[in-house]
Amino acid sequence: MADGHDGTTSGETAGTVVESHASTAPSSGVAVERADRIANPGFRPERLRVTDLDPAKERQAERTVSGLFLLSVAGSVLAVVAYVAFPIVEGEPNSIRLNNLFLGLGITLGLLGIGIGAVHWSKALMHGHELVEERHGTRGSDDTRAKAIEVFQAGNAESGFTRRRLVRNTLIGALVATPIPAIAIFRDLAPAEDPVALLKQTMWKEGVRLARDPSGTPIKASEVTIGSAFHVIPEGLSELESHKLEEKAKAAVLLMRLPLDRLNERDDRKGWSYDGIVAYSKICTHVGCPVALYEQQTHHLLCPCHQSEFDVANHAEVIFGPAARPLPQLPITVDEEGYLVAQSDFAEPVGPSFWERAL
Amino acid sequence: MSTATEPVTPVAVAPSRGMRLTGWAANYIDERTSASTAVKALGRKIFPDHWSFMLGEVALYSFVVILLSGTFLTFFFDPSMTEVEYEGSYVPLQGIPMSVAYQSSLDISFEVRGGLLMRQVHHWAALLFLAAIGLHMMRVFFTGAFRKPRELNWVIGFLLFVLAMALGFTGYSLPDDLLSGNGLRIIDGMIKAVPLAGAWISYLLFGNEFPGTDIIPRLYVLHILLLPAILVALIGAHMVLLIVNKHTQFAGPGNTNDNVVGAPVMPVFAAKAGGFFFLVFGVIVLIASLFTINPIWNYGPYDPSPVSAGTQPDWYIGFADGALRLIPPGLEIVVFGYTVSFNVLIPLVGLLVFLAAAALYPFLEAWVTGDKREHHIAERPRNNPTRTAIGAAGVTFYSGLWAAASSDLIATHFRLSIEGVIGALQFVTVAGPFIAYFITKRVCLALMRRDREIALHGYESGRIVRLPGGEYIEVHEQLDDYERWKLVSFEEYQPIMIRPDSRGRITARQRMRARLSRWFFEDRISPVTQRELESQRH
Repeated sequence: MADGHDGTTSGETAGTVVESHASTAPSSGVAVERADRIANPGFRPERLRVTDLDPAKERQAERTVSGLFLLSVAGSVLAVVAYVAFPIVEGEPNSIRLNNLFLGLGITLGLLGIGIGAVHWSKALMHGHELVEERHGTRGSDDTRAKAIEVFQAGNAESGFTRRRLVRNTLIGALVATPIPAIAIFRDLAPAEDPVALLKQTMWKEGVRLARDPSGTPIKASEVTIGSAFHVIPEGLSELESHKLEEKAKAAVLLMRLPLDRLNERDDRKGWSYDGIVAYSKICTHVGCPVALYEQQTHHLLCPCHQSEFDVANHAEVIFGPAARPLPQLPITVDEEGYLVAQSDFAEPVGPSFWERAL
Repeated sequence: MSTATEPVTPVAVAPSRGMRLTGWAANYIDERTSASTAVKALGRKIFPDHWSFMLGEVALYSFVVILLSGTFLTFFFDPSMTEVEYEGSYVPLQGIPMSVAYQSSLDISFEVRGGLLMRQVHHWAALLFLAAIGLHMMRVFFTGAFRKPRELNWVIGFLLFVLAMALGFTGYSLPDDLLSGNGLRIIDGMIKAVPLAGAWISYLLFGNEFPGTDIIPRLYVLHILLLPAILVALIGAHMVLLIVNKHTQFAGPGNTNDNVVGAPVMPVFAAKAGGFFFLVFGVIVLIASLFTINPIWNYGPYDPSPVSAGTQPDWYIGFADGALRLIPPGLEIVVFGYTVSFNVLIPLVGLLVFLAAAALYPFLEAWVTGDKREHHIAERPRNNPTRTAIGAAGVTFYSGLWAAASSDLIATHFRLSIEGVIGALQFVTVAGPFIAYFITKRVCLALMRRDREIALHGYESGRIVRLPGGEYIEVHEQLDDYERWKLVSFEEYQPIMIRPDSRGRITARQRMRARLSRWFFEDRISPVTQRELESQRH
């Protein structure tokens, strides 16, 4: 932040005029300096402590301090005893609690004994007078600064740093260029694919059965009663050898059945539901938490992370909270055995927005 | 009050064996390190005493506790995200697939004696570390202890605060449990909203699509190596500047801007501070032995599909989470096919601006006052009403965001609607700072007026006297000089007068500065002067 050093603001009140750096009395700016300030009365007369006055109290304090230190020793011993005496026994969860408690209390005693003892020692027994130290300006003395300037000037003269401009500028250019490889080599933090393409597809495709999360058993349309809700994954997800969680993070779906008269569908998506059964992405369009709370009576979905609310009866549109987009709908139907299957993948990317989402 | 170290008269006695050994060791070290120079320079350095100066110490000592307990944890923790089936002793999770990181966190809790204690010590110490940093920053802010020559140390302290949050968040994520995994999911969602590069940054950070199998090992390296190394280096710089600048002290009889009054490092400050380290350590261990923190076994391993109601982050990340929650619906646009998510970008940028404002405030105030003197007297907050009001506004803003991180819990506990709670907190966050600013400024000015009155007329003694004429009066007792000094020794500023520069022009910058200085110092109360005091006495 620039201030009055540049010489263009002279003529203002004190403190903004050009400042001479040779001077050691810096400007007070807009501070008001009064001649008739009340004077500092100086230090209070000293008050002695009870341990300064009464030798008996002093001895008592001494005993207290060493008693606390001894207590600390006892605490440390107790901690080791507790470590052995309260082992963790398989099948007895309570043994963990006892181990934690008594080991902790022993260590606590060991620490607090030293802490309280040392503070009491310093307050009751150590020389209690306040001492005074003078402050000096933080800046180096004029002499030191002059020497520092000489050092820089000698360095400059002997190297020709400002004189040999070409050398200096090419050095700066080289220094700017050197970190570039360090940035480039981070490309392999992730595989050589395009993340945008990955974000736009999920495991769902035509004919993939809707299965229960986490068991993976497929769901029949007849099992989905009115008012019920299922946490759904694509069939086959549990058998994946790799990227199971990555696929699940995109493919997780919520399945609900609404009374037909309550279901308000968009014309172009009339065929995406089956007999009042609708499937929506479970991944919030805000920042990606699972929208796991279903309110059966109102048909609202609530995201427990940031409280976005989606109205399932109304094509999952946002009715409250920070989310901006409805949950993407998974087009479903039933196969010949009566199991619910996907008609295709989602028609749009699921989860949080990203720059290339709508492209 | 002694103004210099009193020389101890040397007594000629034969040194004991212990003394001879100490002497030999000191000589051995000094001949190889010149340590006596440091002891001479620092050994009797004076540290002023005030309870609020302890807050920074709490932060420092809890960091030491974090280092100690964290080192213990690294001996047992394995950050791998390889999937395994749990076969440990915690029955409810047996047979469930999970990452090695989560399994080893469970093992630390359930198989290692003292492991749960160290986990809880580490977590509680981290919570205390951030709380102490926050309070310490407020102490420094409200007493103006960031003024010249300490502006740079304020910035270093600010960086420490940010690093501490980063360390907290990376550490919180390591057990790879359901709660922390959802935290990472939110970070992923926020990163993806970054224009142009969001999807790519997320992809590279997680080493694949979210969640990938790289994030925990990567965060582990940041958490136990890179971030602590930077933090330790900055703490070192913070301490060096503290020694160079010497500690501030409050105004008090005998205290001036040119001296430091207090206890010397050897022995009183060393004993107090050393003892205080053990107190902080002891209290953290006590809390950790009595109170559970982050029971990861209740949450289960991370899975992108389930989530529990009432999720919220550790308290120091709350303000960021709350900011996300307070955004009204629908703030997302598509321009030329590119998606811009203002519902995430506004909180993100807003918080960065808020943090930047806190970091740069000392430079703003220095520019407004134009005061280039060194300030070593910590101000009473009331004596700088505008600064205190700005601070109160900042605290209110932060608190609004912070409370919003628990909006759902507030709603369920007090049986309110979530919409109502969010609406109320939106009001608190947006209008609250202005209200807090106004009230604080008026309260400060009123307190200054009261101080002025007490300094001039004394305080009400509670003694009612009946005068010969039948009139009752309450006797006012005058303060003694020492007590009065606290009320009258403060810095007073006045607004700048705009004047044309050498070319006869008034620049926009000057106008701005004059406006700011009017904002700061238009309402002001002057300290009682000697003349006023004397005329009062006659």
